[in-house]
Amino acid sequence: MSLDIKVEFSGGLELLFSNQRQHSVTIPSIDPTTSEPTRLQYLINYLRDNLLKERLELFVENDTVRPGILVLVNDTDWELEGEGDYVLKDGDEIVFISTLHGYAGSTIIPGRSIAQ
Amino acid sequence: MAPRACALCENAKAMLKRPKTGQQICRECFFYVFETEVHNTITQSKLFQPGDRVAIGASGGKDSTVLAHVMKTLNERYNYGLELFLLSIDEGITGYRDDSLETVKRNQQQYDMPLKILSYDELYGWTMDAIVSQVGRKNNCTFCGVFRRQALDRGAAMLNVDHIVTGHNADDIAETVLMNIMRGDIARLGRCTAICTQGEDTIKRSKPFKYAYEKEIVMYAYFKKLDYFSTECIYSPDAYRGHARAFLKDLEAARPSAIIDIIHSGEAFEVREEVKATQRVQQTCKRCGYISSNELCKACTLLEGLERGMANAGISDRGRKQLELQGPAPENLRTIPLFKLPSGNPTVAIETTP
Repeated sequence: MSLDIKVEFSGGLELLFSNQRQHSVTIPSIDPTTSEPTRLQYLINYLRDNLLKERLELFVENDTVRPGILVLVNDTDWELEGEGDYVLKDGDEIVFISTLHGYAGSTIIPGRSIAQ
Repeated sequence: MAPRACALCENAKAMLKRPKTGQQICRECFFYVFETEVHNTITQSKLFQPGDRVAIGASGGKDSTVLAHVMKTLNERYNYGLELFLLSIDEGITGYRDDSLETVKRNQQQYDMPLKILSYDELYGWTMDAIVSQVGRKNNCTFCGVFRRQALDRGAAMLNVDHIVTGHNADDIAETVLMNIMRGDIARLGRCTAICTQGEDTIKRSKPFKYAYEKEIVMYAYFKKLDYFSTECIYSPDAYRGHARAFLKDLEAARPSAIIDIIHSGEAFEVREEVKATQRVQQTCKRCGYISSNELCKACTLLEGLERGMANAGISDRGRKQLELQGPAPENLRTIPLFKLPSGNPTVAIETTP
């Protein structure tokens, strides 16, 4: 069993993901690491490990999205959906919007980026 | 989690948690409270008079795009009687400002407002691309910041407006409070939380989004599907602000009211009279007539340094001294046109809608 999830990046975040705003990802419906239904946290890790092309630190921090990135689950603020604990459903649309400045270099931490 | 009903209408599904209050509200109630809070900010601070001509400083980014939308909405809803204009500054940054100006041109049509674009090239004879090629990427933000501030005033004077509004939001202001504390800049700390600034020699300038959280501005733009541009400036190494911003976002994650709390703290600072007495009095620049704390304003000093090939002249005291050692400014030096406050009719043609 797998889930098809639509993912959108905006506010400049798309620059970290091949400069492409919309992506479709297919992930397992049962999280192989916990053997429980897949949660949004799994998707964040999946995006970090599979789709993120550069500047890891501008997307995640302390295993969640960096403060200043808004996340919407089917157009609803993820703070109302349990944030990373939200259990994903097939066809969900997850939007990540950056409100941060500094894509051109203000907060680069040398040595932590995974691509140049 | 089961969907919750909106805390305000108790009917529609809650879609947003307000950072300021923790309230969970629906899309329509969010539009209403967001717009009404800005309206309250405007009326409580008595920002406008009926008949005022107001320029919206428009960069094409999220804040100024939402500001243009909300100003138009409130002007119609509450009959402010304002004449609204879009004023954009073209810094001359290829691949950045040229793209964002396309967004502003679309906004001009979407909001049906006259647009004036004033370029650094036109005003100073230098684009940011040319400045960066001379000064490198170290102090370029100093040039851009000083030049933009003057350019907005000069553009506003050309449009003959009474007032400039900018999209600075609560996060920006809290960040500035933190930066001024860390730098020990008492003069700026004393005035950076003012919603409206006006000197005798400057055009009134205000921030209707002073209490609006960035999160809500972004959500407003997203829900309304507003057309904005979100690429960062290709030359932006303003590391100091970047650190303040990252710190503020960490504070907000721990306690969302931190942003508004910092603004309130900033507002409560009182600068003692004897400290105020040591601060420089404002005068007008002897070369261009713009407000200045020295004989020459910062923009004229920076421009002279560029023109004479000594770009550091406007950055450091040492650079200034080196410039002075080279003798007085040559007669044929390029200067900024004389600044005059608006009076009478607009002196420029505005962009026409294609």
